[in-house]
Amino acid sequence: MNDNGTIITLTYREAIKQAIRDALNRDEKVFLMGEDVGRYGGAFAVSKGLLKEFGPDRIMDVPLSESGFVGAGIGAALGGMRPIVEIMTVNFSLLAFDQIANNAATLLHMSGGQLNVPVVIRMNSGTGRQLAAQHSHSWEPLFAHIPGLKVLSVGTHEDARAMLLTALTDPDPVIIFEYTSMLNIEQEISSEVQPVDIRRAKVRKEGQDISIITYGPGVYKTLEAATELSEAGIDAEVLDLRVLRPLDEKTIMASVAKTHRALIVEEAWQSVSISSEVSARITEKCFYELDAPVQRLCGIEVPMPYPKHLEDASIPQKDQIVAIVKKILQHEGV
Amino acid sequence: MIGQPASKIKKLPMNKQLGQALLYQMMLIRRFEEKSAEMYTKEKIRGFLHLYIGEEAVATGVMHALKPEDNVLCTYREHGQALARGVDPGAIMAEMYGKQEGCSRGRGGSMHLFDVSKKFFGGNAIVGSHLPLAVGLALADKKMERKQITCCFFGEGAAAEGEFHEAMNLASLWEVPVLFVCENNQYAMGTALRYSHANIDLEKKAPGYGISSATVDGMDLLAVMKAAQDASKQVRKTGKPFFLVCNTYRFRAHSMFDAELYREKSEVEDWKKRDPIAQFVKYLKKHELLSDKEMKIMAQRIEEEVQKAVDFAEAGTWEPFEDLLKFVYSENS
Repeated sequence: MNDNGTIITLTYREAIKQAIRDALNRDEKVFLMGEDVGRYGGAFAVSKGLLKEFGPDRIMDVPLSESGFVGAGIGAALGGMRPIVEIMTVNFSLLAFDQIANNAATLLHMSGGQLNVPVVIRMNSGTGRQLAAQHSHSWEPLFAHIPGLKVLSVGTHEDARAMLLTALTDPDPVIIFEYTSMLNIEQEISSEVQPVDIRRAKVRKEGQDISIITYGPGVYKTLEAATELSEAGIDAEVLDLRVLRPLDEKTIMASVAKTHRALIVEEAWQSVSISSEVSARITEKCFYELDAPVQRLCGIEVPMPYPKHLEDASIPQKDQIVAIVKKILQHEGV
Repeated sequence: MIGQPASKIKKLPMNKQLGQALLYQMMLIRRFEEKSAEMYTKEKIRGFLHLYIGEEAVATGVMHALKPEDNVLCTYREHGQALARGVDPGAIMAEMYGKQEGCSRGRGGSMHLFDVSKKFFGGNAIVGSHLPLAVGLALADKKMERKQITCCFFGEGAAAEGEFHEAMNLASLWEVPVLFVCENNQYAMGTALRYSHANIDLEKKAPGYGISSATVDGMDLLAVMKAAQDASKQVRKTGKPFFLVCNTYRFRAHSMFDAELYREKSEVEDWKKRDPIAQFVKYLKKHELLSDKEMKIMAQRIEEEVQKAVDFAEAGTWEPFEDLLKFVYSENS
């Protein structure tokens, strides 16, 4: 915590909004474009009030043309602007996948280094609101598959407050996943904005017995599980990946080398996921440090069902994290 | 549907120097493409190779209406546009060879020619994908109060893509200066216009978006020049988009893998009677702007320039394996 900062309480939503406001104030080239970001105030009220504050040239409502406006954002970045493109939810990002995978991620390379694409694309993601199969996607693994992109996941309020600002200093396309289910959560953070290093994963809680590696909505859930585990005498380390591409191997391996056990928790479907990659790399890079096989707790491989009890059963929950950690550590009473 | 021929259009100012420069440009494109085909059969050029032969009047005529500060975006059939924009022929040939002296350091090949110093933003090989980029470049210019326009070439195949319609709507909605140039060469790969568009009068797509439009005979250089001048002038003046359809024809196959099963040889021969280069030579000779001797000297100069490009590519070097991961992220480029 910065010595100069006082402690403030704010929601994840408010943290993102303040980050956008800071970005707009810092650089005239920055503008926000997205569906309903202006007059409506943002589908999730993240940008509420910003239109009045900054005007329609900097808070641009766009038509429902994901490929069109994401492509235009990429083009504007090529033309020297600093666009923040908001895709209302990750679920619609597939309509813009061509622009992201074929243009944003490749132009630097195809041009032999002549073009940069300094675009930031934010999208609300994830599960937990009974929105059923088409509105509950966790597409982090899809984007993290693509060389040329930097893929970030906002798992805490500190990151919600500052990650965007670092992303806007990056010369390459940055995809930022934010989480709808976290928007209303309140947390205490320092009023002083702490710079976020978007190349590094972050240990959210230090521990000795096991590394629980996660990102996004898994972070708070895992911290809660870690608290419960500590009551049972298990000292878990919680590692927030934060950057899903390129992965911060150094921090991951350092944690595993310390605890000798790893559990990876994510909401995305298990097959060909972030956890698949992290697990493979741990096995490749520090197999001999392991005292137990790497375990994973991921989304169940089913299109998201609508009923609450089935939705909850489709993604990792705190109690499951606690139970699997106890099992890995062969804790008494399991 | 062919579009207005030059004879029906107000006379363009033409003189010997300009006329011969334009002819040189079209003949250079054709000879360059013939040489590329030859180098493809010799396996010096690999991958996909899409030749521009037959369509030379479109790139030459439109590019003449553009200024150096204007942005240009193209499809994967873009050698003609690159040459007409002034990208070095040697750098283009070296790019197709995959040599690091190429205009994209060899990373792109035939379909991805880039030269940012010429405001040439590529060869894009996903049909329709560069149209939103063009709108974005024009949006940046508008926001930064720069006066240039953005010219975006694409084929009639792209006009069936969603990205075409999204880009047209955005350009008109945001009032950004994009000159959309639809090169209708009658075939989306092997699918004829009538099999891919419910309304084959392509120009009619523009009014639905409130965009001004024109159709021109793309085999007639003077007609293309005039139409492009008028269109670009309007875009500069209004800051709004314009949709220009150039009806043209590729004499060669879609790519080097195409057996041309979808069109009759007689159709190709009919279009060849309207060869843009032959037509323009006829025009220049009729107006005594070109002699046989000058034509012969020009052909010789072009032969030398194309050979020079090949020599440059041959002498080029391969990027070392150690550089493989360059240009993925900026910090390693």
